[in-house]
Amino acid sequence: MKDVLESTSRGLYCVPGDFYIDPCLPVNRAVVTHAHSDHARWGCKRYLAAKPCEQLLRMRMSPDAEFRFLPYGETITIGGVQISFYPAGHILGSAQIRLEYQGLVILITGDYKLGYDSTCDSWQPMRCHHMISESTFGLPIYRWPSQQVVFESINQWWRDCREQGKCCVLYGYAIGKSQRLLAGLDPTIGTIYCHGAVQKGNEAYRRTGIHLPETTYVGSVTGKHDWKGAMVVAVPSVHGTPWLKKFGRYSTAMASGWMAVRGARRRRSVDRGYVLSDHVDWPSLMTAIHECNPETVWLTHGFTATVARYLVEQGRDARVLDLLGRDLGEEDKDEEESSDEDFIDEPIGQGNESPEIEATTS
Amino acid sequence: MIRFAALFDAIDRTTKTNEKLTALVNYFREADHADAAWATYFLCGSKLKQLVPTKLLRAWAAQEADIPPWLFEESYHTVGDLAETLTLTVPPGNLASDESLSTWVEQRLIPLRGMAEAEQHQVVVAIWNETPLEMRLVILKLITGAFRVGVSKSMVTRAVAEYAGVSSDVISHRLMGTWKPTAEFFEKLISKEVQDTISSQPFPFCLAHPVDPALFDPELGPGGIGKISDFAAEWKWDGIRGQVIRRDQQVFVWSRGEELMENRWPEIESAAQLLPDGTVLDGEILASLGENQVLPFAQLQKRIGRKVVSNKLLKEVPVIFQAFDLLQDAGQDIRTLQFSERRRRLENLLSTVNHPNFCVTQLIPGNSWDEWSKVRGQSRAMNAEGLMLKRWNAAYEVGRVRGVWWKWKVSPYTIDAVLIYAQKGHGKRSGLYTDYTFALWDGDRLVPFAKAYSGLDDREIKKIDRFVRQNTKEAFGPVRSVAPALVMELAFEGLQISSRHKSGIATRFPRIVRWRHDKKPEDANTLNELMGLLPDSEPQG
Ligand SMILES: [Zn+2]
Ligand SMILES: [Zn+2]
Repeated sequence: MKDVLESTSRGLYCVPGDFYIDPCLPVNRAVVTHAHSDHARWGCKRYLAAKPCEQLLRMRMSPDAEFRFLPYGETITIGGVQISFYPAGHILGSAQIRLEYQGLVILITGDYKLGYDSTCDSWQPMRCHHMISESTFGLPIYRWPSQQVVFESINQWWRDCREQGKCCVLYGYAIGKSQRLLAGLDPTIGTIYCHGAVQKGNEAYRRTGIHLPETTYVGSVTGKHDWKGAMVVAVPSVHGTPWLKKFGRYSTAMASGWMAVRGARRRRSVDRGYVLSDHVDWPSLMTAIHECNPETVWLTHGFTATVARYLVEQGRDARVLDLLGRDLGEEDKDEEESSDEDFIDEPIGQGNESPEIEATTS
Repeated sequence: MIRFAALFDAIDRTTKTNEKLTALVNYFREADHADAAWATYFLCGSKLKQLVPTKLLRAWAAQEADIPPWLFEESYHTVGDLAETLTLTVPPGNLASDESLSTWVEQRLIPLRGMAEAEQHQVVVAIWNETPLEMRLVILKLITGAFRVGVSKSMVTRAVAEYAGVSSDVISHRLMGTWKPTAEFFEKLISKEVQDTISSQPFPFCLAHPVDPALFDPELGPGGIGKISDFAAEWKWDGIRGQVIRRDQQVFVWSRGEELMENRWPEIESAAQLLPDGTVLDGEILASLGENQVLPFAQLQKRIGRKVVSNKLLKEVPVIFQAFDLLQDAGQDIRTLQFSERRRRLENLLSTVNHPNFCVTQLIPGNSWDEWSKVRGQSRAMNAEGLMLKRWNAAYEVGRVRGVWWKWKVSPYTIDAVLIYAQKGHGKRSGLYTDYTFALWDGDRLVPFAKAYSGLDDREIKKIDRFVRQNTKEAFGPVRSVAPALVMELAFEGLQISSRHKSGIATRFPRIVRWRHDKKPEDANTLNELMGLLPDSEPQG
């Protein structure tokens, strides 16, 4: 595998194809799994990604860059390396990257989850020799409840807040989590508003043809407004900032895989923590590896060493992939799947949303 | 059980007293009385003794999750809570029990204790199979004896009182002592009719507020509490606060921790036989070689925890009951009478009894606050902690009511805390773990609040050093986190609200007063109690 892929300070580098996968620094040619900012970095010359990723990637990257988008399942050859994209089920346009070079098949999962999500195509297993898998939630304590149950309890919380004359503030990442949440909300309960960054994400989703309930940009509401019974979907960085003041009496909730553990819920100091993740949990990680059945599994993100040790004991060749120049591991945890989401490079709404700047730079 | 689990969750996810109270009251409204009795029992801090060894629970959880033991331990390490790890690692079951809390506790949990291992295994696996996460967590906390939640007994008392429409003083009294969590008990607890007191039942203790000694005014005294003529002053003894009850020809001695201390203080028990029936005294158990020859607390400690007291020890460390209040006189509850009247009756009563093991605590004469301030300076020599200032015209209140009793300590603030981190010291003691971080309870969590260095002798420091080395959980650079096991009494000069501290409170000059060998970590104080010491705060919860 070393002859094909190597770990460098700019990220994973494909030697015969002369391109980087999800580079962490600007490079000439980037092949990216999805539009989250820890995978698609600003400043590369050329980007190659899956077709459904187009709207999100163009929204976030410099318009001066050169883009190429490939439908899922189609192949392009660069330097003798066949590249193709398959759905990863993580967010809209997210892909697993399949590389084939002289008969050797390498699968880079990127971020992924199993199961149905109405806002993106579902993950599918791919046979391969080497599988590079994320293990952000690679511990048996992480077992996601069914999303139906989670959506039901979020909607119930909304109804309860409406009864109590409160406004709901639900935190999710600007692209991906927020839209998945929107799709699960019951719009008959009340009006849905979105933070500027979320609203921009919504538009990209809608342009791609994903159906989302009607949403209003918070910043477009002027003057005195009654927020009782409303649902506001916002990025987590506004938590605890003056931006929330205008909503009067409100209740906050966070939707994330980390909410499975009480200690993490407390650290977030939100009123409700809902367990909803766009990454694989323990059982689905095991299922994915079983179905892809690679000769070797390489683990990145999160509990890499733990998962590797477990797999080795199970008789599988598993190793930790050292990604040079990338600060991974424990640290991801505090900023959540948020290494996914960097709000600093997030476009900031105008006018009355300025407190976000304080929130993100402090 | 579904409702109780939801109550636990509602209390667990908020820090607001009001929301906790509302959740409690709603629970009592909906629960049947047998459930409400158990809920009250657990919420007030009573526990079932551990029902199944945790070693077995861990092994079975790993087996159910189909993971090796080391992976369970790694998960535990990440979660930091055993019951929660046991809850999360095991895959969800396919049934959902709708049995009530009392059925669960009485028919499923308590019987676990008497079972053989194989049978316990079966029951525990069945529990995993029929509990959703919320319920599982609570049940496993009950099984492991680690059930704790962020409410104080006084908050539970308020909630029951609100639900029952009975004053919280009455509820508080009915919750004193030992009781069995049954529907009958709960019905009596919330009954609007006056019930006959059970003969052993103590009264809720009246507790003192600390004064802020920094605010001394020659006219209005420490903390500006008022004119000297309104107050009586006594020594604040450093012993064991207790009530001596003489009812129905029987004697009961209770500690402030509501523990019935049987056969522990034979001198006092036998002297109490001389009290007329229908008498309840409040006072302090002190090691003493006769009147006003009080021995240091360390002496008394020799007798604490001894179930059987040897004759040798009885001679070495004799105890007296230093009475300072009379709560029941000739069968009558006199707590609403003024202190001056209760005191008069107390003096009369004990002069007729006239037994050397019963003393009436002396009132300290004084014509000015300055004079009392000087007397207070001699507290250490008297083996007292300072002065108590009691308002002459006040009733005997339930709990810590402001303005009734004040404590004017030499070391104004003391609290029992758990050692959780240790670091090596410098200079003379370098190489030994001498710098400690202490924590207080907040619900089921220990929250660090103070660092303290001095106050222990070399022998004790060596003991702690060995303990740290043998009980390290984690090392962060030079700091070791240790199993929470050691309880120390800390003293400090001042307290301040602070947003920079995790605990929300900053302490000035904390130091270790003594190692409380007699206390277990769960006996340490809570963050709420520390907050309650703030000179200008109302007690929380
Ligand atoms: Zn990621
Ligand atoms: Zn991502």
